[in-house]
Amino acid sequence: MATEFDPGLFVSTLGQHGHNGRLGIRYLEHGADSCTLVLPYDSGLAGDPETGILASGPIVTLMDMATSISIWVRSGMVRPQATLDLRVDYLRPATPGKAVVGRGECYRITRNVAFVRGQAHDGDPDHPIAHAAGTYMFL
Amino acid sequence: MKTLPPYAQTLGLSIADTEGGVPVLAMAFSDDVLGRPGFIHGGALGGMLEMAAIMALHCEFAEDEKPRFKPINITVDFMRGGRDKETRAIGAVTRVGTRIANVEAIAWQDDREKPIAAARMNILIERG
Repeated sequence: MATEFDPGLFVSTLGQHGHNGRLGIRYLEHGADSCTLVLPYDSGLAGDPETGILASGPIVTLMDMATSISIWVRSGMVRPQATLDLRVDYLRPATPGKAVVGRGECYRITRNVAFVRGQAHDGDPDHPIAHAAGTYMFL
Repeated sequence: MKTLPPYAQTLGLSIADTEGGVPVLAMAFSDDVLGRPGFIHGGALGGMLEMAAIMALHCEFAEDEKPRFKPINITVDFMRGGRDKETRAIGAVTRVGTRIANVEAIAWQDDREKPIAAARMNILIERG
């Protein structure tokens, strides 16, 4: 689908405000129905200061943003939407010091609802650290 | 849990109250937790709910036990948009097994009977 929506531009401008901006999430690449973002490591996002392992909350934010944008990529335009539900499975802890790469994919859009899924890894896509599944409602 | 972890501080969380020993978390509305204009980011709410759930689970164990908790999964339902006001959240432990705990958490703003988001978690308990 021809797309007028530019996810790279979106993330580097509007996406740098608010919570996404605080986490420093950056754009990496996108496909026809997907968007891949990067969450740089930040000890301020650790769940346990002793290990430095990331809390799982920032992974939720990363996957929320990557899957959100994948909907706009697939539909070729930005539409207001709200997360209905998002489930994240934590397959293993993220390695302290490593950036986390999150890929969101929109696999179905209906009149009211978009269905998404995604995975996150910290260097090797074949060894994901998290899996996400969710639904969004158009406003 | 004496001090809040770094991520909780990043979200601006504080312990506003306790109910039966379980902390009630408060999160101020700030640019750091903003999603779409005027509303709290779903990820920040998810992070807050997760923190509330884990802190509620901490209360199930004595100080000298101190098991490690590893989140297995979280499912967040978003019911209402989080507006420009304080958000509160509390966790409730449904079951503590030898290895797995089932924990829920809700977040609300004006009216606790009208939650803005809720979460269910499976958490792995690693006893030292």
